[in-house]
Amino acid sequence: MNPIVLVEQLSKRYRIGARETNTTLRDAVAAAVRAPLHRLLNGKRSREETIWALKDVSFEVAPGEVVGIIGRNGAGKSTLLKILSRITKPTKGRVALNGRVGSLLEVGTGFHSELTGRENIFLNGAILGMSRREIERKFDEIVAFAETEEFLDTPVKHYSSGMTVRLAFAVAAHLEPEILIVDEVLAVGDAVFQKKCLGKMNEVAKAGRTVLFVSHDLNAINALCDRTLLLHKGSILMTGPTHDVTKHYLDRANKLYSPITWSPVTGLDDSEIHLNKVTVEQAGNVTAVVSCREPFTTVIDYEIRRVVRGSRFFFILRNSKGELILTTSDYDLIMPEAANRELGRYISRVTVPGGLLKTGAYYWTLGVDVAYVRIVFAADDVIHFDVYEPEDDTQATRHERVGAIAPLLQWETTRLTNGEATNEAGD
Amino acid sequence: MANLMDLKVTDTPSALEASVASQGDKSPSKNKPDERFDSDSIEPLILIESEASSNRLDLTELWRYRELLYFLTWRDVKLRYKQTLLGAAWAIIQPLFAMLLFTLFFGKLARLPSDSIPYPLFAYAGLLPWTFFANAITNSANSLVGSTTLITKVYFPRMIIPAAPVAAGLVDFAIASVLLVPLLAYYRVAVTWHLFLFPVFMVLSTLLAMGVGMLMSAVNVKYRDVRYALPFIVQLWLFASPVIYPASIMPPRWKWLLALNPMTGVIEGFRSSLFGRAFDWPAIAASAALTLLILVFSGYLFRRVEDSFADII
Repeated sequence: MNPIVLVEQLSKRYRIGARETNTTLRDAVAAAVRAPLHRLLNGKRSREETIWALKDVSFEVAPGEVVGIIGRNGAGKSTLLKILSRITKPTKGRVALNGRVGSLLEVGTGFHSELTGRENIFLNGAILGMSRREIERKFDEIVAFAETEEFLDTPVKHYSSGMTVRLAFAVAAHLEPEILIVDEVLAVGDAVFQKKCLGKMNEVAKAGRTVLFVSHDLNAINALCDRTLLLHKGSILMTGPTHDVTKHYLDRANKLYSPITWSPVTGLDDSEIHLNKVTVEQAGNVTAVVSCREPFTTVIDYEIRRVVRGSRFFFILRNSKGELILTTSDYDLIMPEAANRELGRYISRVTVPGGLLKTGAYYWTLGVDVAYVRIVFAADDVIHFDVYEPEDDTQATRHERVGAIAPLLQWETTRLTNGEATNEAGD
Repeated sequence: MANLMDLKVTDTPSALEASVASQGDKSPSKNKPDERFDSDSIEPLILIESEASSNRLDLTELWRYRELLYFLTWRDVKLRYKQTLLGAAWAIIQPLFAMLLFTLFFGKLARLPSDSIPYPLFAYAGLLPWTFFANAITNSANSLVGSTTLITKVYFPRMIIPAAPVAAGLVDFAIASVLLVPLLAYYRVAVTWHLFLFPVFMVLSTLLAMGVGMLMSAVNVKYRDVRYALPFIVQLWLFASPVIYPASIMPPRWKWLLALNPMTGVIEGFRSSLFGRAFDWPAIAASAALTLLILVFSGYLFRRVEDSFADII
């Protein structure tokens, strides 16, 4: 059978800093004045740093296949999806898509808070590529899926965030392209709704449509995808049956992704506290992927260069939805020796118990402050690690539980009387 | 805060990566790629190629997305006067108050000629297309920058974004036109068959606004200077157009200078169609030619740079 998606030697190069710098004509003119020859000869700015977000990626997808795409942040997943969705062009290579493409890189793109639910369904549907007639035909179904019937004529700004997400996903879920490209969108919404969405996606896949699905949640990938691509630094490291690839990813992740280290240069004022290294460890090994059953430890290696009285190190944990999971600081248990750190090199360790977090991607924000006085420094979402459930786990449904965390709690059940007594009580 | 610290993920130059052979399928057959691409397709085949590939104007694709243009225009119209006290009355208030001011300062005090048409009517007939044009290009120029999420998350022909505010401006124009009826009646100006050409100038000014708006919006993505320069440009353009004065004020020797401004033919054409005067065909032809030129130039330029929008916006 002819492939429905054919990707050939796809590469994408980004200029570093191109996004951050707010170019104005003045800058362009200034640069042109400074180096007119360079500009003329090279056609573009010299000393430009570039990175290859994707490099020589080739693969094909058969019609009806559901393909997962996994990899760490920066592996190139989003770039690949953006090219396949025609949002950005590749630097090299080409892609052939043999069918109508619908891409969901975000839920609720184009939603406007001043418009009503009904109006947003039409607007969002049109933006996603549905025709007006198509939306009209599916309107009732969408509303039923979103469970927001009674608020149809209320502006979305009065919706709760959960309702908005439900409505947005309901529209997206009724997109019926031949090729569906989905990025992490299941990460939004509450668990019950997520399950409903997974079910809907399963339906889509069963209906013979082709799906490309990016997720940090390996359990969702395992549940949905026949085949999975593992991206690493812009290239395909492995492709094959999903279970093989995810298993390989988990087994080798620690070797693939070396510990995160702080580059001691640029940006940060380290005149007071200098960070050497921050790592996540489990069972004594530095890792980027931790089992949800066992405790893991985050280790900060730093130097005090100038004494900061009352300083405290803090961590903020967020999941991939950006939800706050917990905050902790070295003041959690009063430790005067931490508050009055003298000059020298230190290692601080904080351990999160096992059987607490759900599976998925997590981000630590790390900072130091003097409580109620000032923040010495803070770096948002800089340490990324994944929590997974070992395959042989008996509580394999843990990640499907509602709630921000899924602790294994102590339950005790005691039988007080025998069966006959219970029956009588029932009558 | 996110950039406070510079993170570095150290490389792992190990044999591991090499040892991981792709297990499932091999990379697609490189020997016969072209055959694969040309094989007969079930659906309209979409081919995504590198940045260097050709860029056509591709009007058929624009046509396919016409419903999106409708919805975005409809959104603009819906949202424009949300949470305002006077609502759509603003569409009339703007040109009406400009007319009153102009009449006072330019009509009464400066005694500018108005081709023997009562100055208020003369001014309003010029302000009507001008207000539409000025608002349309301003909203259009800022449209792409204001649609970052759309551009980075969904594909559709980007031209629709700057086109929608222009189309939405037409609604304002229609509302403001209503005031012409009492004005014409009050000053006892009889309409003639020339009025049938009114829509022609409407179309012309719409196309011109699209061309200018599209160009400005594309430049604005990269150079945010547009936001600051635009009010200035609009103001200068107003004085360069025969809104407060008639085109006849120009000595014949310098008339060509006025004709370089495509709004000249449009505004004078509007007046001629309303007041039943003779049309200045050379000026109108110059306007139409310039408009077309600007539109085609903007269209091609837009197509050429639109692929980079998502990366630089």
